[in-house]
Amino acid sequence: MNLNNLTIDAARSAVAERKTSATALAEAYFAKIESDDPQIGAYLALSKERALGKASEIDSMVKKGEELPPLAGVPLGIKDVMVTKGVRTTAGSKILGNYVPPYDCTAVSKLEAAGAVVLGKLNCDEFAMGSSNENSAWKPVHNPRDLSRVPGGSSGGSAAAVAADMAVATLGSDTGGSIRQPASFCGVVGLKPTYGRVSRYGLIAFASSLDHIGPLTKTVKDAAIVLRTIAGRDPMDSTSADLPVPDYVAELDRPVKGLKIGVATEYLGEGLDAEVRSAIEAAIQKLAGLGCDIVEVSLPHTSYAIPAYYLVATAEASSNLARFDGVRYGHRAEKVRSLSDMYRRSRDQGFGAEVKRRIMLGTYALSAGYYDAYYLKAQRVRTLLARDFENAFKNVDAIVAPTCPTAAFKLGEKVDDPLAMYLADIYTVTANLAGIPGISIPVGHTKEKLPIGMQIFGKHFAESTILRVAHAYETAA
Amino acid sequence: MKVTDKDVTYVADLANLELSEDERSRMVRDLNSILGHVDSLSALDTADVPPMAQVSDRYGLDDSKQGSARFAYASREDIHEGLRKSLPHDVALANAPDSDGKFFKVPKVIEK
Repeated sequence: MNLNNLTIDAARSAVAERKTSATALAEAYFAKIESDDPQIGAYLALSKERALGKASEIDSMVKKGEELPPLAGVPLGIKDVMVTKGVRTTAGSKILGNYVPPYDCTAVSKLEAAGAVVLGKLNCDEFAMGSSNENSAWKPVHNPRDLSRVPGGSSGGSAAAVAADMAVATLGSDTGGSIRQPASFCGVVGLKPTYGRVSRYGLIAFASSLDHIGPLTKTVKDAAIVLRTIAGRDPMDSTSADLPVPDYVAELDRPVKGLKIGVATEYLGEGLDAEVRSAIEAAIQKLAGLGCDIVEVSLPHTSYAIPAYYLVATAEASSNLARFDGVRYGHRAEKVRSLSDMYRRSRDQGFGAEVKRRIMLGTYALSAGYYDAYYLKAQRVRTLLARDFENAFKNVDAIVAPTCPTAAFKLGEKVDDPLAMYLADIYTVTANLAGIPGISIPVGHTKEKLPIGMQIFGKHFAESTILRVAHAYETAA
Repeated sequence: MKVTDKDVTYVADLANLELSEDERSRMVRDLNSILGHVDSLSALDTADVPPMAQVSDRYGLDDSKQGSARFAYASREDIHEGLRKSLPHDVALANAPDSDGKFFKVPKVIEK
């Protein structure tokens, strides 16, 4: 079976029509991972027993002629920040180096209930903190399109696995762009849904008001299929929205003619690479050619997004990561003098440099004397950023923008300059702060053959609209 | 320089981190660089802007309701039976660095 460009429907049909078996398909992926992943580094752990168990379940359904679920036998990978019962989950951190979760993340359970086969856990920046995957405590990920470059982050393994055909699709998480930015760097589709659309239960928390789970796929249709499967109210996450889940797949083919597409001038200003700009402009022309009305919009507070984001995100992270204390799970330092000495030395040994930096920044922003000037200020600016989108969406159905200011950069290029690394997220953090959905789709290449991505933003819970625009773009000649 | 070595030591203490001397001096440099960028926020007048703590503040699922009533679906009736089972004892302790089979074990809590 040729795994190149294999989509969810093609994989499921091949199993249903007995061109292959779910077991043979899973084994083909494991063989591909074993041969190709040593030079890419996308996987941290393989869950062979679990995958082959699920595959044989699907195969016996095929044998009995039973009706197959929508993801029957489809091999998927899961970012290592989502817990998987009995399968080591580290969040890319040494502090969770030997953690074997006793329960499953809801999104993962839903995929398996729909017949998916979970191949393993994907590499990422430690606790999803990073934009290049170089903050993984275990190993860097190399971009399959150019091995000297980063795959983006923090869901670098999730994007690289899809780009290198080492999974049909994957789950990632997105707190400030961590699905969309690596999707852009690796030339795949990445969708961050509306906040509350997908349960966060079982997602190891980074910044709870900004964290999202979403798919990375080869096609927009595959993103719609995965979203339809994982979306919906979950009693285990009180922030999951109690709203019906539309059939995103059925709505893909509705016409886009007459849709109003906003172009935000603030996203096309200084700092945007010329090749990225021309690819985005060409993509906008293509949408116009499909009958969309292109309208200029303004999101005037955009330049304040990065500072607001890095205060809110780190403040929440400093609180969430307080749980890693060496008592109930994770690394514990040896030969300690006292309980507080144990906390400190366990955390000191277990966390990497970027995680410590963010805990420090967040703790500083929340500390007495600085709370109003930093954390509260950032929350007020967050309101302004959310209002920017609300005002713009009074006049348009969707907004397009570059996903990143540049194509994938080289490994090591920004590793010593945290601020430069943070600025790589300049076009993606806004959607997290406002909680609106955003999808990144490939829209061309640089002269060096590096993928370029374009984002499409929608109103809260308007995933159908942005998927429809993305699908129309992708399938247009 | 906004953040000094003394500030870093104080904040590390609040965060239960024990940074080495090298880490501390790098942290002074990095926090000053990041906070220098963050200071652009002070140019905005936000006196009349309410803070936004979470996204669902913005879309309020049921606009006819106010405040926590909008999120009533997130709570349940108070019940005494039929609650979701907790993890069994042995499973909850399975990842513990140290336990006696009933409890998590930690070093001496009371310090001299």
